[in-house]
Amino acid sequence: MARKLPSKDVVIVGLGWTGSILANELTDEGLSVAAIERGPWRDTATDFPPTYIQDELRYRIRHELFLRPSQTTFTFRNKQSETALPIRTWGAFMPMNGVGGGGVHWNAETWRFLPSDFVLRTHLTQRYGARFLPADMTIQDYGLTYDDLEPHYDAFEYLCGTSGTAGNLKGKIQEGGNPFEGPRSRPYPTPAQEQPFGPALFAKAAREMGYKPFPQPSGNLSQPYRNPLGVRLGACSYCGYCEWFGCANYSKASPQTTILPVLVRKPNFQARDNSEVTRINLDPSGKRATGVTFVDTNGNEWEQPADLVILSAFTIFNVQLLLLSKIGKPYDPQTNQGVIGRNFTHQTVSNIHAFFDKSKFIFNPFISSGSIGMCVDEFNGDNFDHGPHGFVGGGYFGQVQTSGRPIQNTLVPPGTPRWGAKWKEGVRDSYLSTLNPGTGVHGSMYSYRDVYTDLDPTYRDRLGRPLVRITMDFHENELKQNAFITDKMAEVYHAMGAQQVVKLTRKGPYDITQYQTTHLNGGAIMGTDPKTSALNRYLQSWDVPNVFVTGASAFPQNAGYNPTGTVGALAYWAAAAIRSKYLKSPGPLVHA
Amino acid sequence: MTIRRRDLLTGTALVLVGERLASAEVISGSLPWRPDAGAPPEAVTPGPWKFFTNEEAVMVEALVDRIIPPDPQTPGGKGAGCAVYLDRQLAGGYGHNEGLYNLPPFKEGSKQQGPQSEKVLADQYREWLAALDRYCQSQGGKHFAEFPAERQDEILQGLESKTVKLEGTDGGKFFEQLLKDTQEGFFADPIYGGNRDMCAWKMIGFPGARYDYRDWVARHNERYPHPPVSIGGGRADWTQR
Repeated sequence: MARKLPSKDVVIVGLGWTGSILANELTDEGLSVAAIERGPWRDTATDFPPTYIQDELRYRIRHELFLRPSQTTFTFRNKQSETALPIRTWGAFMPMNGVGGGGVHWNAETWRFLPSDFVLRTHLTQRYGARFLPADMTIQDYGLTYDDLEPHYDAFEYLCGTSGTAGNLKGKIQEGGNPFEGPRSRPYPTPAQEQPFGPALFAKAAREMGYKPFPQPSGNLSQPYRNPLGVRLGACSYCGYCEWFGCANYSKASPQTTILPVLVRKPNFQARDNSEVTRINLDPSGKRATGVTFVDTNGNEWEQPADLVILSAFTIFNVQLLLLSKIGKPYDPQTNQGVIGRNFTHQTVSNIHAFFDKSKFIFNPFISSGSIGMCVDEFNGDNFDHGPHGFVGGGYFGQVQTSGRPIQNTLVPPGTPRWGAKWKEGVRDSYLSTLNPGTGVHGSMYSYRDVYTDLDPTYRDRLGRPLVRITMDFHENELKQNAFITDKMAEVYHAMGAQQVVKLTRKGPYDITQYQTTHLNGGAIMGTDPKTSALNRYLQSWDVPNVFVTGASAFPQNAGYNPTGTVGALAYWAAAAIRSKYLKSPGPLVHA
Repeated sequence: MTIRRRDLLTGTALVLVGERLASAEVISGSLPWRPDAGAPPEAVTPGPWKFFTNEEAVMVEALVDRIIPPDPQTPGGKGAGCAVYLDRQLAGGYGHNEGLYNLPPFKEGSKQQGPQSEKVLADQYREWLAALDRYCQSQGGKHFAEFPAERQDEILQGLESKTVKLEGTDGGKFFEQLLKDTQEGFFADPIYGGNRDMCAWKMIGFPGARYDYRDWVARHNERYPHPPVSIGGGRADWTQR
């Protein structure tokens, strides 16, 4: 029997980026907020100090900062006709765990989606006609526009101190930035990071080919920065231990380096770590949440009553909690009815390896940050005419130099044996003169009727709850898209003077053992119609209006960018709606 | 009472600490902090084998020395400590599938569904090594380490191409696992037992655990001149062996 805690105004499930943002905004409103986090508290000095965080084996290869599958995992199959099996060790993505969530170990590639990404179905249908889209593609509009979100993108970037070069200031295209981006109300808070040799060489070649390369927007800061909350970040030292690692320098934007020092001092805020929320409780009508139940490390059950529940766990765990709490109708791919689990997506990523003459090129790949690099956006979203190509969607590509860590970056030219004296020689001769972009082609994955999540009938987690079952395969549209863009990327490396360019074009079937990104999306999507979306445009549950669900689970489909910028912006957007609308009149903010 | 995570790290194993050992706490008013809360890694100590039998160790040292053969500049897998690395890894959490999802039912699926073995890696290695030894015995009554290098390479090539079959186990899987573990040990920080004296890092020009390249980011196409450092012992030339 769960023991009942004193009631709070708000309970937040998961203290990552969006949980921290919502907690900070709602405590500013004077509300009492309790955040409940499954993993441990993490802080720079204790958990990722510069004395030992630079350990590739421990943090990257053995995944120490991540969720352990023994705690909970997912099952996976390509098709409905197969039996899903558990992901016993991480591969295609790595779910986070602990305070700060993915904000601790992300690369901090801080993008905005394109204006057309938010009205995708409308836009593509208008430009190409409805028949241009595959029949089983279930892309939707978000229910809001880029202009709605712009002030909130701005808020997130100024929270983080994002380093970059604007490409579009209030509609005026800026030299050196991304000319395809939506209009920004002001420049990035800090200038772009300095570029090492590889990205500089890439940019030169790309420019000569007629592209407009620009620095990747980076949450690893080019200079010290004090954010609007008064929290200070330091300058990035290009250490090369960014993604998979916590930053020991206080120079990567994370909840720890931007919000938590302020949030935790507020008397109306409380966090619980190592406590896993097992369900959202509803009143007998099923239309109102009364709080959440969680389990602590001793296995004791607690109930935290609250007037407002913010579900801000990782994508797929948001979906799991909605399903287990019976909020919203589960999606059924046979009938195409129901909403929870619908429009699940990942990313379509590929890469190239480029081998250069070692007597002429020294790239020093270890001089890197999670998001230094030069990118090309000509083939993202609908930035080019898809008419002749027979697919929709796209992605950016770039020489983004995230690491030279040797377990993963000791490549040998094609034709070299995988071991023995020749391999050793190949590694020795190639390491400094080879480019292995941390992000190569970063492409969209659009949504389909037969790609979804539901509860597994067989496998359970340590608490006895059904695991989420992922049914996912690549569709031809995405594979065509990837082949097209990977070819374009390889051309740039040839122009840079590479002796050998290996194209690692993405092929089907979708493989749960091959890492792409941890950008899982959808399953509790936002939209304009309760029949095809779980949330309204303010991330409020259509079914239980005192539940809001943040994070990339709200994306109706994925865009060709890293998601965190948009995830952060949507969190500020939802917080603004709660503050300015919901609290005045608690109830549905949109009447369907 | 709070358990110090460091105290729970056993001698040589890399134990994946986390929520299992920590206890739930309420945090409010200030950032939680306590002295010695960090969990630095414990360096592998020299000494007897922790997992391998002496016979197995002789075989593994011979195997890793063919996967990474010695040359005049850089030690091979044996000299670099890859067998020690593997021994300590298999004795610890890695060898015991710590942190992995290990609930039944266990079923083989498609390649895309990933590994589904019920067996922990340490047991798997024991089985593989025994099977390889039986194979070698059948090839002229010798242990792997007693064959000349060329013959050892042939056997490894046979495992890689799946033309050498091991009785009762999958030699191809063994080869792939051994290759991955050996190369990981070669390039990991030397505190884990391989990459002795940062020999692998020196070989490729990787500066290791240095943490600040601000002076170097804009120096294009120049060789970085400083020797590597390890998280355990500073620079290679600071420790005399």
